[in-house]
Amino acid sequence: MKVMAQMAMVMNLDKCIGCHTCSVTCKQAWTNRTGTEYVWFNNVETRPGQGYPRTYEDQDKWEGGWTLNKKGRLQLKAGGRLKNLLTIFASPKQPSIDEYYEPWTYDYENLTNAPLQDHVPVARPKSLLTGKDMQVGWSANWDDDLGGAPELTVHDPVLKKVSDKVKLEFEQTFMFYLPRICEHCLNPSCAASCPSGAIYKRAEDGIVLVDQDACRGWRKCVTGCPYKKVYFNHKTGKAEKCTFCFPRIEVGLPTVCSETCVGRLRYIGLVLYDADKVLAAASVTDEKDLLDAQRGVFLDPDDPQVQREAEAAGIPHDWVQAAQRSPIWALISTYEVALPLHPEYRTMPMVWYIPPLSPVVDVVQETGVDSEDASNLFAAIDTLRIPVEYLAELFAAGETAPVTAVLKRLAAMRSYMRDLNMGRPGNPRIPESVGMDEATMYEMFRLLALAKYDERYVVPAAHAEQAHGLEELATECSLDYDGGPGMGGSGPFGEGSGGNDPIAVENFHMLKQRQTTDTVAEPESRKARVNLLNWDGKSAPAGMFPPRPGPDGANLREPEGDDSAALVQPLPAGGSVPGPAGTGTEPVARTDEDPTTGGRP
Amino acid sequence: MTTTADTLLWVVIPYVCLAFFVLGHAWRYRYDKFGWTTRSSQLYERRLLRWASPLFHFGILAVFLGHVMGLGIPKAWTEAVGMSEELYHVLAVSIGAVAGFSTVVGLVLLIYRRRTVGPVFRATTRMDKVMYLVLAVVIFLGMWNTVAGSVLNLGGHYDYRDGVSVWFRGIFRFDLHPELMADAPLGFQLHGMAAMLLFALWPFTRLVHVFSAPVGYLWRPYVVYRSRSDRLGARQARPGWERVERKEPSRR
Repeated sequence: MKVMAQMAMVMNLDKCIGCHTCSVTCKQAWTNRTGTEYVWFNNVETRPGQGYPRTYEDQDKWEGGWTLNKKGRLQLKAGGRLKNLLTIFASPKQPSIDEYYEPWTYDYENLTNAPLQDHVPVARPKSLLTGKDMQVGWSANWDDDLGGAPELTVHDPVLKKVSDKVKLEFEQTFMFYLPRICEHCLNPSCAASCPSGAIYKRAEDGIVLVDQDACRGWRKCVTGCPYKKVYFNHKTGKAEKCTFCFPRIEVGLPTVCSETCVGRLRYIGLVLYDADKVLAAASVTDEKDLLDAQRGVFLDPDDPQVQREAEAAGIPHDWVQAAQRSPIWALISTYEVALPLHPEYRTMPMVWYIPPLSPVVDVVQETGVDSEDASNLFAAIDTLRIPVEYLAELFAAGETAPVTAVLKRLAAMRSYMRDLNMGRPGNPRIPESVGMDEATMYEMFRLLALAKYDERYVVPAAHAEQAHGLEELATECSLDYDGGPGMGGSGPFGEGSGGNDPIAVENFHMLKQRQTTDTVAEPESRKARVNLLNWDGKSAPAGMFPPRPGPDGANLREPEGDDSAALVQPLPAGGSVPGPAGTGTEPVARTDEDPTTGGRP
Repeated sequence: MTTTADTLLWVVIPYVCLAFFVLGHAWRYRYDKFGWTTRSSQLYERRLLRWASPLFHFGILAVFLGHVMGLGIPKAWTEAVGMSEELYHVLAVSIGAVAGFSTVVGLVLLIYRRRTVGPVFRATTRMDKVMYLVLAVVIFLGMWNTVAGSVLNLGGHYDYRDGVSVWFRGIFRFDLHPELMADAPLGFQLHGMAAMLLFALWPFTRLVHVFSAPVGYLWRPYVVYRSRSDRLGARQARPGWERVERKEPSRR
């Protein structure tokens, strides 16, 4: 037994309202740079739908993840090592920008600078790739809320797997949202595809990261990841992916997407697993056994033997305690209501989902029957082929039994809690019918419905004795690094060349650039855009308002570029004074309980 | 008879260029690991790249091996294993022609793509343009030498294995004979000089990705684990302030 700790996430899909707040805050924190315009470490997809990038789940087409070869051994679906190297000059299965979308901005300047005319001036869309006018025809959420469903949704690869009958019934529509981040897999196929060995899994917490100094831009990871959650930064020529907000996790804070989640549907915690069992579990012959195999890899943190082995493996005691309190362990193994996304990719993903009961409840409700009644819901779960089959394709390799079991537990909880909320005694037969007792069911209800910040996010901080070595801790001045704070432009070999800047410094300069420029999209120049999402209300970015005539009638047009920096007081991201970590990405204190005060002066 | 001009052209300049090549790479690797990448543009366009890039890259790899053969291996060695002059010539010209042809076709397609596909052209740096120019000149001159010299036999027969190759191997023995190059046909002289210029530019262009050819991928374990504790952050230590007791940075 080799015990390892893994930072993992569970999302409760019944609670997702598709507001995209997680995507936006993630983007502001991590990918608001040129080269990453199309990059969404976190995105929210409407299901059924094509997903992002389009039809990424069609592994016959994109060949992501793992497969079993003729000998029954685990192999990358895109081919063996030699084939991987021989196709390095033109990666045959890599999605091009069309499968994502061509990023654009608008010519906002025209709104204020256009001469007096009969017609209202318009802000034309400008491509961020070519700088030319463009027709916007697709984006990350073009089919949001089933928009354009008759033409677009039929291309959903998951829907195609479900039979024709279901397709027709689907006309009566169901939908739910699927927020996605990198899965930080136990058996990451992106890392296995990387020719340079630049993608690694951190031994302490299992977070999968790209070493930006070692990445050589072979872009094999993009093909290798079946979830298409490794992106190619087209300006720097390096792969980038979700970092699980490691600078925050290291100091005990949840990820930005979790912190800002309006529906509070995300849970973060540790799981302990047996690294020796991972390969065998990923190589199970029958895809339908993969779910159980993956569950079998996790170790019970309350088991004294596991604790001893964990200690022997160098896992700190407080981490084992955190694993015991972990909501992830509870949802996956105690209550068994969380399921992995596409276990058939054999990557052993570590972001799990509680499948939504709401599509079933909606159907029952429409028929006019009591949708809180356990027997009605059970009957509906058993008879409704949709959406159960659809959910099974997402979360259980097409096997409906595990999905049905989860939905029944959720239905039972709904029904059982109705009695309690109405002041009636709880009906013990309801929990029994799904194999739980009343106390466990109530505990599950507490975790799913009431859990506060510190119960949803059990993130043990990295250890203080490592602090100086950690990425973003302010044990030294954040400007005190090789090259000094005078950065912000491009090196001689293209954008971003000439050394890696600390995230805090990079964000600081980018914010300053955004606030002090007013030119139209110029992908070549980094002082490119007025980004109102990042405007803190304290200063006026140049270009936001038309120039005011001066006292002598002179037009006090702000000079462009760096000169204007003197006119505007730059502020760190979010308008807050940099905290001790100084990353500029962390919110003001813990804004969870009162989100309205976040970032306000 | 060696003149000052010959010494300058075929001793001084080559060594200066190669010094740029070696020291430049060391400097670039030290200060710009982040910029050390292929700068792939496949995301923008893949239809043309799909053909052009493998054609060029496999072609240039074969051309490189051909140069190792022609420049690196003395004539006496091939004769010692019983390879006649005619056989060598036929092999070199036939294989070289195929490799050269695919290289040239690939390069032309790649340059065409770079100029005509909007996003690709915008992503082209000034250094890229200089590099493309010099690389194209070197390749076309080399192709010209093969076609004009060896196939069409323009300007009489010239056996580079008695001239250019001997001079080239002298570089590594620090025993240069500039008169060998001075006597070579103009095509060979220009090709050699352009190549030296390319070597001098090499470390400052995207060509550095040649030296990250990921051959180690064939043997390393699929999934790489790294421990946080033996990594001291994204921040590089300032020169002169590196930690002395630093462990091995990774287990790649």
